[in-house]
This record gives sequence, C-alpha cells and structure tokens, in this order.
Amino acid sequence: MSVLVTSTERLQRLLALVPYVMSRKSVGLAETAAAFGVSERELVDDLNLLWCVELRAPDPYCPIDLSYEGGEIVVSQAESMGRPLRLAVDEASALLVALRMLAEVPGLEDRSALSRLIAKLEAAAGEAASASAQVAVQVDIPDEGAEEYAAQIRSALSAGRRLHLRYYVPGRDEATERDVDPMRLHIVEGRPYLEAWCLRAEGMRLFRLDRVLSLEVLDVPSAPPDEAQPVDVDQGLFRPSPDDVPVVLELSAAGRWVAEYYPCESVADLEDGRLRVVLRTPDTGWVRRLALRLGEDGRVISPPSLVADIRETATAALANYVVLSAVHAVCLRKLCPPWTPCRLWPRRTSPCG
Amino acid sequence: MSKRKTERLLGLVVCLLSTRRYLTAEQIRDAVPGYPEQDDLFKRMFERDKEDLRELGVPLETGVNHPFDDDPGYRIRQQAYELPELRLEADEAAVLGLAARVWRRAELAGAAAGALLKLRAAGIDAAALDGADEHSLVPQGIEPRLGTPEPAFGPLWEAVRDRRPVTFSYRAAGRSDPQQRELEPWGVVNRHGRWYVAGWDRGRNATRVFRLGRIAGPVKFCGPPGRVTVPDGADVRELVRDWDSAPAQEHTALLRVRNGAGVGLRRHAVSVQADDTAEGWDLVTTRFGDLGWFADYAASFGPDALVLDPPDLREAVIRRLKGVLA
Repeated sequence: MSVLVTSTERLQRLLALVPYVMSRKSVGLAETAAAFGVSERELVDDLNLLWCVELRAPDPYCPIDLSYEGGEIVVSQAESMGRPLRLAVDEASALLVALRMLAEVPGLEDRSALSRLIAKLEAAAGEAASASAQVAVQVDIPDEGAEEYAAQIRSALSAGRRLHLRYYVPGRDEATERDVDPMRLHIVEGRPYLEAWCLRAEGMRLFRLDRVLSLEVLDVPSAPPDEAQPVDVDQGLFRPSPDDVPVVLELSAAGRWVAEYYPCESVADLEDGRLRVVLRTPDTGWVRRLALRLGEDGRVISPPSLVADIRETATAALANYVVLSAVHAVCLRKLCPPWTPCRLWPRRTSPCG
Repeated sequence: MSKRKTERLLGLVVCLLSTRRYLTAEQIRDAVPGYPEQDDLFKRMFERDKEDLRELGVPLETGVNHPFDDDPGYRIRQQAYELPELRLEADEAAVLGLAARVWRRAELAGAAAGALLKLRAAGIDAAALDGADEHSLVPQGIEPRLGTPEPAFGPLWEAVRDRRPVTFSYRAAGRSDPQQRELEPWGVVNRHGRWYVAGWDRGRNATRVFRLGRIAGPVKFCGPPGRVTVPDGADVRELVRDWDSAPAQEHTALLRVRNGAGVGLRRHAVSVQADDTAEGWDLVTTRFGDLGWFADYAASFGPDALVLDPPDLREAVIRRLKGVLA
C-alpha cells in the first residue's frame, strides 16, 4: 500500500467508494480500482475496512454491509453514506477556473456544453463556488487573425490535412515558409500554440499562433511519421539540450526581467540588485538581439565569440547613425530649403535641427 | 498512514451522519471505537479529528439539544454533507474531463482530481471524464494547460480563499532591493501565462497589483481568516489588465529598414515604401506607445534598422547602442 497516502486522504477515498458503487448498483473490482487509481488489493483492503466499521452505542451495529463475491461489488446497506461529500472550495475552484479558461480558448465551436456545465457545477457546489470568482485566467487572443487561424487549424485537424505556414521567428527576425502536419492545439501559459510535425525541420515544433503570418490548409493529407510524438508541454516549452552553447549574461536591476522571461540554467544575485544568469541556446542570434536591446542594462560575458559579434553589430549600427548625421549636417547647410518638405526627412516640413 | 485512525475517522463520520440529535464528546467516545480511555488523551485526539474532518470539508455542526445542556454536541446534517443531485450529459462530462486535465502537475491538480472522484462517486460516467469516450464532443486535439511555477501561488490562493491578509518581500521592476509589503489580497489572475495578485496594499494605502514571480521568499499570513473584505465592484481581472497592458500606440516613428530585414518591424507597420534616397532600404512608418520600450526594440535590429524620426527616439536608440560598447 502506498505510504504517501495520509489517513484523511484514504478517508476521502472511502467516503467516495460507497456512493460510487451504490450509484452503479454493482460494479467490478478491476473497474473500480482503475477509477480510484489503486490496485485491486488496496481496493479489497478498503472494502474490508468499510465492512468492519462498527458503532457501539447505544446498541452495537455495523452500518455498512457490502460484498464483493465473484469480483462484483454490491453495497446493500450504507446508512447515510450513500451520497458523496459535497465539493470543497479548492475542488470547486479548480474545476470552475479551468472551465472559465476553456471558455476563452479560441476555435471552440460548441460552447454550450461548457456554459451548461459551469451552471450545473456552480449550483452543485453552492457556497464553495464563490471563491473561484477570485481566480481568473486570461487567454491571450492576440488579434482576430489568431481566432481565424485556430478555426482553420481545427478544421485541418478534423479533416486530417497538411498546413502551409508563413511563420515569424523573432530570434532570427525571419519570416519562414514551411509545411506542417498538425497534431494538437495547445493553450500554454495563456497563449495558443499549434503543435505540429514540421517537414522542413523534420521534427515536432510548437508554433505560437500570434507569430503566424499566414496559414493555408493544403489539399494534401496530413501524414506525420511514427516518430512524431507529442511534446510534453508540462516540462516547459523550452528544453535546452546539453549540446547548446552556455551564455553568461550580467544584468542590472533594470535588466532583471530577462531572468523572468527566459528559462535560465542558473541565476545568481550580485550586489546592487544585479544578476548573473546562464542561458543555454542552440542559436545565439537572439542573444545578440537581446544584448542590443538591453544596452548598458545587460552585458554578455561569454562565450568570447558572441561578445565580439555583439560589439561588431553595435558598432555597425552606430556607424549608420554617424553617416545619417553627416548627411544631416550637409542637409542643414544645402539640401533643404527652409519650410519645404525635406527629401531626407520626408515627414517634416520645418527646417532640420 | 494509520489504518486505525482512518477507521476511527470513518466511524466518527458515520456516527455523526446517522444522528439527528447533537451528540456530546462523551457519547461519541462510547459509540466510536478507537478512542483512548484517558480523558486528556481523548480530548486531544478528538480535537485533532474534528480539525481533520473540517479540513476535508465535512460540515461539522456544533450545538445543544436543549437550552439547558451544558456540554455542546456535534452532528453532521445530511443535507449539508451531501453533494446535491447532479446529472451530466455526455458532452458535459467530456468537457469536465478536459477541465480537470488543465491543472495537471500544477498547484490545484490534487483538488481537481478530488473533485472528479466525488463526481464519479455521484454516478457520472468515468469513461467520459477520462476522455476515453469515442463519441466525445470535445474538439480533438485541444489541450489547454495552466502552470503554477511560482511558489507564492499556493499560500496566496489560500489567503484569497480564506480572506486572510499576508506579508511578503517584493522586488518591484527595476528596483535593486526587495521591500516588505502587507496586502489584503482580493484575487489572483493569470495573464500572459504569469500569475498576479491584486488587493489593498496596507503600507501604501492603495490598490496594488503584484507579480508572483517577483515575490522573494515566503508569503506569510498576518491575520485570521475572514479579515479581508473584497469591496463591491472590485474586478481583479481589470486591475491586472490595467497594470499590465501596453500604453496606447499614440506616437509615430519613421525608420529606414534594410530590404529583406526587419520583418518584425514591417509586420506591424502602417506603411512600407522604397526609400528613393537610399538604395537597398525601405522607409517604414509604424506606431508605438512607450518610447523607452520601442527604442529597445528598434536597437535590437542592429544595423538593419535606423530611426529617422522622432529625434528623441533616435537619440534613445543611439544611447542603447553606445551602452553596448561602454
């Protein structure tokens, strides 16, 4: 028997077991054990314990009578234990919060089952339902486009069709084109994702719906290979591989958000609220872009090749502005007659400066 | 786990459920096997048992049968104990199964599983709940998930549920030192996949929103249950939305963007046109809300994007780039 189960947890199971059997007249041992997530031996122990319950006063009697002959459980007497205990606040909240979140999921065609169920559960839970109003989950629907994409993906899923995606990869600032075989539509961390076998990458990929630039349902059957196994999103969306490059970053207090947004292998506090974090990534391109946006609030310490790459990029970017200001200086002197639309600064009509 | 304790608690529930009259502790000791003879030991054990049952959600009532009775008695009213009659259609049961899976591995996963157990016990078809029903009406392939990686979620949910004030140490965005805050929590909200708590900040004497991931160290209760009153009309969703949302995009920027690059800038552009003054570049006009945020974003494109206008935005980008080289 599992040692992790406390007395109250087992009591909870026992209180549910009696009405479970009674509401079904008779039910098999194996089926019941599976429903309660216990072994048949544990279930028989539970049944024996229930059968042995005895009250001594005023007259001794056994309130529960049951049998499990031939593997079929029958409860012939259960006093007032015939119904399950009402839902606790946590239980009612867990279900209602999840249901209200489902109601926000894009691409659900039939919301009537959801609203009927929410109403029934609220009624059954009574007061226990009230706390659930204090927990809310918002599902991001980035724009109308995502709702439409979700509907298209759903129809591709049910018709078993391949999809063509134009998809934005922000880390590389690239619009990519690819054919994918859709597997599931996820809501992870409040955002809709398409999980699909990508024919270009030859691997399972998660696509954020708000980064889909365009989507087309192809007249080709979806045929993911056997190796296309669902991604376990419960383990987190980003799972670095040991082959990935470790990047060491130092962040000022204003740059601490980086540690909140990106999964870090390690985070160490330095003085003045500064942080030193280690990230692992197969592609350092996005770290370069991150370093450019952080300016003095973040500094890449290693690897040295990335440090050099970032300096080079920043220098090239600044050089553009030097050229611009040189042109600007020329412009100030000669090119722009006062109070006319400027050729270099098309939106301005006032003199440069 | 103690089998004897389970037996005793079960006996106690059955005994109190089957009585209409209030039973005194003495009468309960006589009826339910497993309580010790010694008075002080019995008292302590009985107190713990009552607490355990209340924690499980068993509605234990205290009262007297006659106004002249000295000792209080106990009973469980059947009507308060029982889950009311509940019938679900096949499609509703399937949606319920989906809802219970939302919390898998997260804070309220145990509570969701406990709820399903009770609903199964009420006769609802277990196969439909598990999603094993072939005729399930739940859209195939939809798997919503909710995570609670923030350790502060558990205690803050309890505080919201039981209406208890809390204190915690909080590091506000960009601040180097965490500060101690005292909060009357009104609700927790998940937005963009992150958890927030909104309520009345006693130190600031104002409504405040906190991001759970920025709470450093433990969340401690600093008052008894029921001490927090959520004001009528307080909408925690709205509070968090206001706190978190980006400012209106009321400014316009003009950038020079290299051909084929700056996809992110072009995606949300108001207009893109070839720049006749610079070969190989486009003029991209776009809207932005917060100058600092947009300067960061524009800088991230490096030499592929150049802010022409407004000048303060251009200067901010140049500052970022110089910061990289500093």
